[in-house]
Amino acid sequence: MESEPVYVVDGARTPFLKGRNAPGPFAASDLAVQAGRALLIRQPFAATDLDEVILGCASPSPDEVNIGRVVSLRLGCGQQVPAWTVMRNCASGMQAIDSAMANIRNGRSQLVLAGGVDALSRAPLLYNDVMVQWFARMMQARSIGEKIGMFSRLRPAQLLSPVIGLLKGLTDPVVGLLMGQTAENLAWRFAISRQQMDEFSVRSHQRAVAARQAGRFGEIVPLVDGKGQVYLEDDGVRADSSMAGLAKLKPFFDRRYGRITPGNSSQITDGAAWLLLASQAAVDKWQLQPLGQITDSAWAALDPAEMGLGPVHAATPILQRQQLGLDDIDLWEINEAFAAQVLGCMAAWESDAWCREQLGLPAALGSPPAERLNVDGGAIAIGHPVGASGARIVLHLLHALRAAGARRGIAAICIGGGQGGAMLVENLRTGGA
Amino acid sequence: MKRMTENEYQGKVMNPDTQVWRHWRLELDAQGLAWATLDKAGESTNSLSSAVMAELSQLLDELDRQPPKALIFRSGKAAGFIAGADIQEFTQLDTPAKGIELVARGWQLFNRLAAVHYPTLALVRGHCLGGGLELALACRYLLAVDEPSTRMGLPEVMLGIVPGWGGMLRLPERTGPQAALDMMLTGKTIDAKKAKRLGLADDCVPPRVMDAAAAMLVLSGQARRRPPFLQRLLNGPLKSIVASGARKQVARRARREHYPAPYAIIDIWAHHQGDALAAPQLIDSIVRSPTARNLVRVFFLQERLKSFGKASGFTARRVHVVGAGVMGGDIAAWCALRGLTVTLQDQGIERIAPALQRAYTAWGQRVRDARELRAAMDRLIPDPEGHGVAQADVVIEAIFENLEAKHALLAGLETRMRPDAVLASNTSSLRIEDLASVLARPERLVGIHFFNPVAKMPLVEVVAAAGTEVDTVQRATAFVRQIDRLPLPVRSAPGFLVNAVIGPYMLEAMRAVDEGITPATVDEAMLAFGMPMGPIELVDMVGLDVAMAAGSSLAGSGVAPPRCLLERFNAGHLGRKSGRGFYDYDGGKAAKPPAAAVPAGLAQRLVRPLLERTQELVDEGVVADADLADAGVIFGTGFAPFTGGPLNYLRSQYA
Repeated sequence: MESEPVYVVDGARTPFLKGRNAPGPFAASDLAVQAGRALLIRQPFAATDLDEVILGCASPSPDEVNIGRVVSLRLGCGQQVPAWTVMRNCASGMQAIDSAMANIRNGRSQLVLAGGVDALSRAPLLYNDVMVQWFARMMQARSIGEKIGMFSRLRPAQLLSPVIGLLKGLTDPVVGLLMGQTAENLAWRFAISRQQMDEFSVRSHQRAVAARQAGRFGEIVPLVDGKGQVYLEDDGVRADSSMAGLAKLKPFFDRRYGRITPGNSSQITDGAAWLLLASQAAVDKWQLQPLGQITDSAWAALDPAEMGLGPVHAATPILQRQQLGLDDIDLWEINEAFAAQVLGCMAAWESDAWCREQLGLPAALGSPPAERLNVDGGAIAIGHPVGASGARIVLHLLHALRAAGARRGIAAICIGGGQGGAMLVENLRTGGA
Repeated sequence: MKRMTENEYQGKVMNPDTQVWRHWRLELDAQGLAWATLDKAGESTNSLSSAVMAELSQLLDELDRQPPKALIFRSGKAAGFIAGADIQEFTQLDTPAKGIELVARGWQLFNRLAAVHYPTLALVRGHCLGGGLELALACRYLLAVDEPSTRMGLPEVMLGIVPGWGGMLRLPERTGPQAALDMMLTGKTIDAKKAKRLGLADDCVPPRVMDAAAAMLVLSGQARRRPPFLQRLLNGPLKSIVASGARKQVARRARREHYPAPYAIIDIWAHHQGDALAAPQLIDSIVRSPTARNLVRVFFLQERLKSFGKASGFTARRVHVVGAGVMGGDIAAWCALRGLTVTLQDQGIERIAPALQRAYTAWGQRVRDARELRAAMDRLIPDPEGHGVAQADVVIEAIFENLEAKHALLAGLETRMRPDAVLASNTSSLRIEDLASVLARPERLVGIHFFNPVAKMPLVEVVAAAGTEVDTVQRATAFVRQIDRLPLPVRSAPGFLVNAVIGPYMLEAMRAVDEGITPATVDEAMLAFGMPMGPIELVDMVGLDVAMAAGSSLAGSGVAPPRCLLERFNAGHLGRKSGRGFYDYDGGKAAKPPAAAVPAGLAQRLVRPLLERTQELVDEGVVADADLADAGVIFGTGFAPFTGGPLNYLRSQYA
């Protein structure tokens, strides 16, 4: 199946900033603007030459619901560049890229800015239903007496128990499980121990630290806030992460008895990531030197209670239809929502029974070796600003392939609600960084 | 924003046979409302010339014959409502009688307008200043259109004159005397929202409903807004209290002998019910004082500087600034605030971040609208790697004053920038010729020299070296106008104009200190002369290290630096930036000991080197003529504006 190639010209992301139980320094659109403008000033074309802007965001704030358009205008793309926002939970950023690819392939666009963003630290607190009812009745109260009467019915306890928007977003609305509980399901099904998860997590931190020291996060552009404070690096990465330290943490999602702790889960984070996608015509017109190209993409869906296996369901069909074996994929990026979830994906691919039953294969496919998987760490160390992560892993995969002098890679992500997305990319710049 | 002329009511012209006016159009709509549109012939902005005023009088005659249900004034210009009186006419007031006549013309006509029986309304969109606001105040209602360009004020005081066409009577009646005096004594303007808040405007509406709102309001029959009770007391029985407070405030900013107009405004308001004709001797002294004449001259000098840059159709969209220090950072920030996309380069983001913080803090006070502030910050892009060079229309070098460093930078910039972009240096002390020597095309380098603080100092010297191509200079000049600064064309010479004339003046001041006069006394002498800041405090602000370096390059080698400068410099007291120089600084403010009695003739002695140097630079052709030299020194240093500039002052002393 040959089709119009889609090139990744360049990309940039903000440092990922860990949520610290208070609204972070940047709104989601601020993050996307600062990363986007740093990316655009180094291009030979102007922001107004873009054909469209597509931004993935899982939780845009109420004052920037179509955050794609807000950011596009703030970036100076001009009034005439269309811009939109896509929402596919944890894969919103990857969906933005896929939507850009589709529009490039069908000839609607030549040059697209696509990416993802979320500022989870700014997720809102909402009034609970009792309070919402109270406000509604208050609005209908006509006389002063009625209004005073309404106040007598106000219960401070209701006022002081807001709905935490973030928690709502991280709960599956159909099966009623927290995302961490779906990962507990995988740990149970594939007998993944706390020890394995913690080891995986320490490695994620160690790899991120090593990559930073080796200068392998070239896609990060700094943020500056109004106080002149500079943010250069992902601030959730811990050089001191250790088994002993992680062992102290308590299970969070299935309290007391579970295995998943904040330490072996991805972090609540603010961040933005962008890619510039171009058609062959745009590459020729502007004489661009692409980082790579996106050769294929796939989406899959599964039981929401086991949403963490989404990457297996999405990536396997790409291998099959591209007639690629595991050995043909030089590097993998599988988003680390939870250590148990990535380890669950590995276990599923290693399982004869599961591969037969779920993928219709004759036997186990086998899994990517650890030295090819998330070589520079993942969301457990770096953080998971939900809408941005899909874009981040595609962008970083291209950088990692280039650094390794390798050719092919797959980025895959699990999606709350029971879906998975995957993209096959090819490095076009050989010879290292 | 586009002017929406298409939805303006196209009425029937009243009595087409009798209407022979050049500037006014009078139409009657279906409701019986008369719409008087001022569209001054041959001009892009409306001003109240004697011809416009005469026609307005005829227009009122016409309406006396056929009284309308109501009358609405509006502008036919995109630029605004009315900019004020015709300032050109001020220059022709050579006899006392002409001054009185000018005041009487407006005072009587607007009193007549205020007394008509039908309701009247001024629909104010865009600038509404001086006589324009006095016309609006004579109407029963004032409706302000809520747009950024809508500004109202009585800036007469800035020309050394008074708002004698009813402003001193009617503005205090509307807003109370405190807000009114504040506006009249400072000349500051207010926007539509504030006009409503102060009671100057009866309402404030978006342009889309302005015509409907004007018609509804003028027919509403509602009483005109009155200020709160306390303000009415202050405008009545308690006038004298307000007046004495206002006099004290004015005295802190302007001396009566230099600036008589603000004192006259207070007197005419407090003692003559705002009627300037009741104090003819005051009017005469104001209208024909050297101050008024000189301030009008300064106004026209400013207009002349504004006219530069029209020779080129150049418009910049992207600017790249290298060097995020105080000057570079502030230049970049200013350009972004004026709507340009700016990339700001320095060695590393940590060096750029303070400039962003400074901009954010400064604009936070200046820009009220949070969205506008955010948009300006979005346009100010840190660019440690200098990517922005390739796309920039203007590239400005503002790094430290070192020839080798600038050479390396400029040579690199030239190869990366677009061939048609402007390449500029903000150098204050190096020769453009020397900087350009490393370029493949030295003729493309131009000096664009800003003054500190960029947001407050309106002048920018545009420096042409011997070989600089004319087109480049014109584009640089157009760029300076685009960012709303005043371009002064100068030839490349040490210190150009402004620094070259200020140097000998500061030097002479320090010599006086060496002779034993205290710094505070020296400064007091020049403050009394009318300078905005004393020369010694100026040295502290510039920095004693800079003064040392400039001294050796401007005064020439072999001239010993003043002892007082050398001692402090050697002790590490570098001025405000180090917390101590000639004065001690706490929070950026000089702790000045009391001045001694100023010796007679001190100010004349200190200013003389400045005057002489200015004349020399005109003679040498560094600046094209004496008027431009005066403009440059006033707008670049704050040189006492009431003198009309150094050379004008020099002439007046020997006239």
